[in-house]
Amino acid sequence: MSTDPAAGILARARALVEDRSLRAVSEWKTANAGGLAIGHMPIYFPRPLLEAIGCLPVAIFGGGDDLEIIRGDSFFQSYICHIPRSTVELGLTGHLDALDGMLFPSICDVIRNLGGMWRMLFPKKYVSYVDLPQNFDAECGGRFYEGELRRIARELEALGARPLRDDALRAAIAREDRRRGAIYELDAVRRTDPSRLRASEAYLALRAGAALTAEEHERLLRDLTLALKARSPRVVDNVRVLVVGAFCEQPPFELIVALEKAGCDIIDDDFQLGLRMIDGRIDARDDEDPIVALSRAFLVRGQETASRYIGNLVKGASLVARARALEVDGVIFAAASFCDPALLDQPMLEAALDRASIPHTSFKYAENTGNLGVIREQAGAFSDSVKLWGTT
Amino acid sequence: MTTTQVALEAKAPKDESQLRQKQMISDHFDRLSRAREDGKKVVYTFVPGNLAELIGALDMLPVLPEINALQSGMRKRSAGYIAEAEKAGHSEDVCTYVKCDLGMLKSGNIGPTGTKLPPPDLLLLSYTGCFTFMKWFEILKEEYGCPVVMLHVPYQPDGIITDEMRSYVVDQLQREVIPALERVAGKKLDMDELARRLGLSSKAEDDLVAVWESARNKPSPIDAYFGGVYYVGPIFSSFRGTEDAVLYYSELRAEVEARIRGKLGPMTPHGPMPRERYRLVVEGPPNWTSFNDFWQMFSREGAVFVASTYTRVGGLYDRGFRHDPKRPLESLAEYCLGCYTNLGLPTRVDLLERYVREYEADGILVNSVKSCNSFSVGQLLMLRQLEERTGVPGGFIESDLVDPRYFGKANIENRVQSYLQMLEARKQGRS
Repeated sequence: MSTDPAAGILARARALVEDRSLRAVSEWKTANAGGLAIGHMPIYFPRPLLEAIGCLPVAIFGGGDDLEIIRGDSFFQSYICHIPRSTVELGLTGHLDALDGMLFPSICDVIRNLGGMWRMLFPKKYVSYVDLPQNFDAECGGRFYEGELRRIARELEALGARPLRDDALRAAIAREDRRRGAIYELDAVRRTDPSRLRASEAYLALRAGAALTAEEHERLLRDLTLALKARSPRVVDNVRVLVVGAFCEQPPFELIVALEKAGCDIIDDDFQLGLRMIDGRIDARDDEDPIVALSRAFLVRGQETASRYIGNLVKGASLVARARALEVDGVIFAAASFCDPALLDQPMLEAALDRASIPHTSFKYAENTGNLGVIREQAGAFSDSVKLWGTT
Repeated sequence: MTTTQVALEAKAPKDESQLRQKQMISDHFDRLSRAREDGKKVVYTFVPGNLAELIGALDMLPVLPEINALQSGMRKRSAGYIAEAEKAGHSEDVCTYVKCDLGMLKSGNIGPTGTKLPPPDLLLLSYTGCFTFMKWFEILKEEYGCPVVMLHVPYQPDGIITDEMRSYVVDQLQREVIPALERVAGKKLDMDELARRLGLSSKAEDDLVAVWESARNKPSPIDAYFGGVYYVGPIFSSFRGTEDAVLYYSELRAEVEARIRGKLGPMTPHGPMPRERYRLVVEGPPNWTSFNDFWQMFSREGAVFVASTYTRVGGLYDRGFRHDPKRPLESLAEYCLGCYTNLGLPTRVDLLERYVREYEADGILVNSVKSCNSFSVGQLLMLRQLEERTGVPGGFIESDLVDPRYFGKANIENRVQSYLQMLEARKQGRS
C-alpha cells in the first residue's frame, strides 16, 4: 500500500491519460444519453462552447509512445511530424469511434491539412476547421471569431446538440473559470514548493482533463492539491527550469520523468497549453453576449504562442518576463521533430534569452522517442552547468 | 544571369514574350536598386495573396522573398545560404525557402540580377495558405527592425468563400492594411488608380487562362508545369496590374496560338518537344536546384505536363476568378481567399480530378517537397483518391524546393522512368 496521499488521484489521472480507446468518453455518453463527444486537436478550442450545448470536449494528442503505427505511416512522408500519423492510426483502428466529430484548430499546416484528410477518411463524421483569428481587433477579428463559434454551435445543433443559449454558455464559462482557478492553485504548488509536486505528476493531472468536463476535472485538481498538503516534501538539489515548445505533439511521459531525474524541477511548461490559453478568467458579464466574452478572452488575454501573430511586439519578451517571474535558472526548448511553429520560433526566443542572459538548451523529440539517454545526459549537463556557473 | 537565362539553355530559341519578361525583371530589379535614391518605398510580401495592385497604386515597389529564394536555388546559391541560416541556429527540419532567404540576407542581400536589394520599409504579411509565412516575417522583422502589417486570410476548408470570410478580409484591408501602406507611402490611396490596375490585371488574367487551356490541344503547345512557372512569373510577382503584364500575356497567348496552328509541342530545355507521348497532371511545386535536370527527365521521354497546381498558388484564374475594378476590395479579398494552397484537401482533389478529365491526362504525378507542409501533408491520400476516382495511375516523387541535399537525381530519375514505363505498358495494353 502506498502511503502517498496523492497516489490514488495520480493513478486515476494516469489511467485517464492512457485511455487511448476513450472508454471514459463512452461511459460519459452512456450516462448522458444523446450527448455528443467532440474531439479537438491542439492547441486550443474554447471548451465551454461545447459544454454549453451538451457536448463533451475531448482533447486529442495523438497516440503517444505506446501505439504501434501500422497504417498511419502510409499517409505521411518521412519529414512530417508524428502526431498526425498516430492520430490517423487511432482513427483507422477504431480507437476514436466514441467521437461524434473532430475539430481542427488553426495551429499549423499539418493540423490544418489533417482536418482535410479526416473529411476524406471519415466522411460520415462531423469535421470542422476552426480558424482562430490572427487579427485581434474586436470589431474585425473578434467579429469573425464569434461567427466561427456560432457556426460550429449551429452545425453541432443540427447533429443533435442542444441549441446554444446565453445562460448555458455563461454557466459553462463559470465552470471553466473554476477549473482554471484549480489549475492555478496547482501551479502555485509547483512554483513555491516543487519538492511536493513533480512536473510529471502535474502533467498527468492536467492532461487527465482532456476528456473530462470542467467540473469533474476541477474536482480532480482540487483533490490533488489538498492531498499534496499532506505529502512529505522530497529532499532535492535541482535547478528550476521552464520547458517550452511542446504544446502540440506531447513528449513521451518518460521524457518528462527523465528531465526530472536529470536534476530539473520543471516549474512551468506548455505541454497542456490549451487549458491555459487564456491568461486568467474568461469572465462573462451578465449584460453581454457570452460568445463575445469568449472571443474577448482570446483576443485580449490569449497566451503568446508560436501559432499566434504578435504584431509589432518583441518576440521573446514575454518568455523572458515569464522566466523572470518564475525565478527559473534556465529554459529548455523541447520541440517535436518537424514542428514548424516551435522550430521556427526557437531561434528568435533563444536570441531573446541570450540578450537577457538566461541560460537555455534545446532538443527535439517525437511522441514515440524511445532512447531517452541522450536527452537525459544533455539535461543533466545543463542542470550541472547552471548549478555550477549560473550560465551555460 | 536571370532565372530565365539560367533555366532555358541557349539551345532553345527565345520567344518574344521570354525576352520581354527578362527585360521586365531586369527593369524591376534596377528600380529596386535605385529605390532609395528615387525615394521609392519598398514592401516585402508573399506570392499567394499578394496585393500587387494596391502596392502599385501607392507607387511602392514589391519584393517577394519566395521568388528570391527560388532564384537562388536555380542559380545554385541556395545550398550556401541554407548552410548560413542553419549555422545561425535555424533547424534543418524547417522550410528551406525561409533559410535560403535568411542566408541571402546575411550574405549581403544580393538579388538575382547581381544588385543589392533594398531593405523593406514595410513587411506586408499576406497570410494566405501557408503557416510558415507568419514565422518568416516575424524573423525578417527582427532582422530588419521594420514595421509589419498582417492580413489574415481565412482558410477555405469547404472550397466556399462565405460572406463572413470576405467581410473579414475587407475589414482588415480597410482598417489596417491600407492605412499601414498609406503611412509608409506618405499618401492616400487613389481608388480610381487601384480600379485601373485591377482592370489591367483582369485583361492579363484572360490571356493567361487562354494559355492554360491551350493544353487541351493534342499535342499540347505548352508545358503547364516547367514552362508554366515562367508563364506565371509576371502575374505572381511584381507585375500584376501593369501595362507590361498585359503586353506580356497578350504576346504569350499569340505565340501559343501560333504553336497550336502549327500543331507544335512545347518548348523544352533541349528545344521543341518532337512527339507528345504522355500527358500528365502534376501536384506540388517543382524542385529549383536541379530544375533543368528534372524537366528533362520528362521532356526527353515525351512527357508533357498539361496542368499543374503549383501554377495556381498565385490565383485560380482558370476556375473563373478575375480581379474586378467595380468591386476592388471585395475582389482583392476573393483573390487572396482563392489561392490554391488556401483550399481544403477535398477541394484540391476535386480540382485535380477536373484537370485529369478536362486535359485528358494519362497520369497524375505528385512532387512532394520536404519544405512545404501546406502542399505536402495529405498528398498521399489525395493521390489514392484521385486514382480511385479517375482510374488514372499516380506517381510519387520526393524532393525539396531549394535544398539540393534533398534532390537525389538517380533515385528520382529511376522513379520517373519506372512510372513512365508503366504508363507506356498501360497504353500498349489498351491498344
